[in-house]
Amino acid sequence: MYVVACIKQVPDTTQVQIDPVTNTLVRDGIPFIVNPYDTHALEESLRMKARYGFKAAALSMGPPNTEATLRKALALGVDEAILCSDRAFGGADTLSTSNVLAAAIRKLAQEDEVGIVFCGKQTIDGDTAQVGPGIAIRLGFSQLTLVDRIEHLDFLAKKIRVRRKLEGRYEIVEAKLPAMITVVRELNRPRYPTVPMRLKAAKAEVKVWDNKELQLDPNSVGLKGSPTWVSRIFSPQRAAGEIIGDGMGDPAGTARLLLEKLVASDMLAV
Amino acid sequence: MQPDPVIFTPLLAAAGLIFAWSCYRRFSLVGVGASEDRFSSLAERLQGMFLFAFLQKRVVSRPFGINHLFIFWSFLILAVANTEFLVAGVFPAAKLARILPAALYQPLVFVFDIVSLCALTAVVIALVRRAVAPPYEGARTGEAFGILSMIGTLMLAYFGLHAAEIALGAEEAAQAMPVSLALASLLAGQGPETLKSVAQVSWWLHAGVLLFFLNYLPYSKHMHILAAIPNCFFKGLDTPNTQPREEFVEGNVYGAGSIDRFTWKDLFDSFSCTECGRCEKSCPAASTGKPLNPRLVMHDIKVNLLANGGLLQRGGEPTVPVIGDAEGSIKPDALWSCTSCGACLAACPVFIEQMPKITKMRRHLVQMEADFPEELLNLFENMEQRSNPWGIAPGERGKWAGGREVRQFEAGTTEYLYFVGCAGSFDSRSKQVTLAMTRIMEAAGVSYGILGKEEKCCGDSLRRLGNEYLFDKMARENVAQFQEKGVTKVVTQCPHCFTTLKNDYRQYGLELEVIPHAEFIESLLAEGKLKLDHHAKKGGNIVFHDSCYLGRHNGVYEAPRAVIAQATGSAPAEMERNRENSFCCGAGGGRMWMEEHLGERINLNRVSEALEGNPGTICTTCPYCMTMMEDGLKDRSNGGTTVKDIAELVAEGLR
Repeated sequence: MYVVACIKQVPDTTQVQIDPVTNTLVRDGIPFIVNPYDTHALEESLRMKARYGFKAAALSMGPPNTEATLRKALALGVDEAILCSDRAFGGADTLSTSNVLAAAIRKLAQEDEVGIVFCGKQTIDGDTAQVGPGIAIRLGFSQLTLVDRIEHLDFLAKKIRVRRKLEGRYEIVEAKLPAMITVVRELNRPRYPTVPMRLKAAKAEVKVWDNKELQLDPNSVGLKGSPTWVSRIFSPQRAAGEIIGDGMGDPAGTARLLLEKLVASDMLAV
Repeated sequence: MQPDPVIFTPLLAAAGLIFAWSCYRRFSLVGVGASEDRFSSLAERLQGMFLFAFLQKRVVSRPFGINHLFIFWSFLILAVANTEFLVAGVFPAAKLARILPAALYQPLVFVFDIVSLCALTAVVIALVRRAVAPPYEGARTGEAFGILSMIGTLMLAYFGLHAAEIALGAEEAAQAMPVSLALASLLAGQGPETLKSVAQVSWWLHAGVLLFFLNYLPYSKHMHILAAIPNCFFKGLDTPNTQPREEFVEGNVYGAGSIDRFTWKDLFDSFSCTECGRCEKSCPAASTGKPLNPRLVMHDIKVNLLANGGLLQRGGEPTVPVIGDAEGSIKPDALWSCTSCGACLAACPVFIEQMPKITKMRRHLVQMEADFPEELLNLFENMEQRSNPWGIAPGERGKWAGGREVRQFEAGTTEYLYFVGCAGSFDSRSKQVTLAMTRIMEAAGVSYGILGKEEKCCGDSLRRLGNEYLFDKMARENVAQFQEKGVTKVVTQCPHCFTTLKNDYRQYGLELEVIPHAEFIESLLAEGKLKLDHHAKKGGNIVFHDSCYLGRHNGVYEAPRAVIAQATGSAPAEMERNRENSFCCGAGGGRMWMEEHLGERINLNRVSEALEGNPGTICTTCPYCMTMMEDGLKDRSNGGTTVKDIAELVAEGLR
């Protein structure tokens, strides 16, 4: 049985700036990293491999340099690394990305059954949280999002019980396998590659699947298959702040002043 | 008085053979270690051995060292007497009294007599000291008392024998033996039979204890009697903090995860340790209740070697892990407690290298097991992705300059590369030191440039934490950049950058003239390039805190003190622990990036010491020390004392 981790190579957003003139991301010289949430997806797939003996595969879509990200996954211990890369896949939105990744998982399933697909809850560049669910829908997998704990896995009965971390509450749900699970950071602590594994990974094969292999309708992938497009990126302007009163000299008076302001601006109900 | 050689000869032969066999068995174990060249620079090695083993330079530098010096030299001198004693036991005709003329024999026995008294006195002092004020908790072992008692007994038996012989009138040189003669007067009045018995019992006691002692040595911590002198010969000649590089090719293993991954010298170290406890006393981790104790690291390595060495010699696999929880294994928590301050190295009288072994074991944990404290994952990722420990965007590196124009380094147009370092670039407090440095250099008209956005982390923390793989990658990048840009002279303000660029990068074929800011400022002052207003002394009296990486690891002690003296008009106050005995701030060895969950916080210990003299300012030369001292002051809620870097003191006084 396969356990698949979908990982994305993203620009290190702490280093990305927006060009104030063109309103586009300045990506020159910005290093790429593995989407942080995906590192937890990858870690969980490796834990499943260790615990249940599944085969772990890392899957990504992106330009050829995405290979570096998949090598990191190999260094951490995945058995297979697959890169979906084709000029035709370029410019994809979340819909056409999930088309490609779903097709790759289908192709992988021809070799062996795919039991679980792990994805990060979202990526730090697009922040849509749509690709994981998109894959689940296209494959007809159970969809378990925002998971912070695997409660129980019974792979003979093909059932999984997980805890979802929602706003202000947890939800424990059970679903049938195969399942697509998106994970939050609390799920686990990603491992670090050992040096022998890094060196081994440097020589290991990263399989590259283009559209000849995946045989998708050219209109369902890449820019053509993307109903969404980015018209403009900008940082919202923030109004300048205001210093109220003298907090050090007269804290009580300042607090009163602040309260009045908040009430007057309808920010506090009295 | 002489025993029958027929009885004694086989005894002596057996004792000698067993001793030789024991020594062979024990010392051959170091052969399971990896090879390492410790025979280069013979003259320097012999000089070191003379100074540190025979003159005991380091031994005498701490309390009761003189006492040890007496025992050591008594041992050497009495070795002549004991050899005669044993030889005469086999060949009674070979007694010195019969061979040597009186003019030589009499001074010789005089020396033996006096030295024996000295040894006895020193042993009594050592016994009392160990009983009353032991060097460390747990030092009152049966083994330690047993050994001292044996030496004492040897001396008493010596006097017993000679006093009885004198009383019997059998000693021609009695007048040359004042101590024995005095004791003989106590025996006056005893019958010859009694005196003969005293002599006989003393002789056998002396012989028995001597031969037992000889055979006990190889199995006790007193093996140092045999190993310590060669260990001083084999002492490391390079800076001990600069560990050998590792080669990253498939099939290699990294660090020391089993006893045979240490070098033979590492293993020999464990036989040289007599557990005096000086390392433990100076260790910031051990003295603040952490699980690390450098003395026990050596002890455990020895126990491990004894457990596994034989197996390995026969081609087997080790059974006791070198990193683990049992005796003979070193706890991971102990390994992660090390601040790499080098206090243990400076304290050890026989140059045992405790700290480098810790780094080797860390290398194993990080690189082979990927097993390290949680906090380090972020550090490693930040270093790999953003080349700084905080994970701040590399593009922000030049921003400390604010609006100031700072030139980029360019060979030919700028003389010095000012290597700001991560702290100086990103840490808001250290950025002020960076600005102070630029003010100083501008005022002195120094031709310097920076690397700005292109500057990368030197990788110091990675190397000390055992992530040699990443360090290697970063060192190569830095070295390539320095070579490409034609950098030859570098000024640093962080001792960690300093030591890494100067000592570690040399292993990569890069010979730089690296000048720590303390020395650089000192030379600017000496050349009269800086005009300081001595009377603008701010911040009250100043106490100076030595950085381990500037001080112990690189021997820079006086430059910062001289700079302070010139900047303020008076020498700084000293803490009790200063210079080579200085106490770490707690941040070295990558500890800067880890939580301190165990024991008392090291920085609080140091800050308390600094505050004893009620200083206005604690002066530092290192960004890590700065952080640790400031944090410590906050905790001690001492509002009046501030922390300043020497560059800030100087910049304040600029006219």
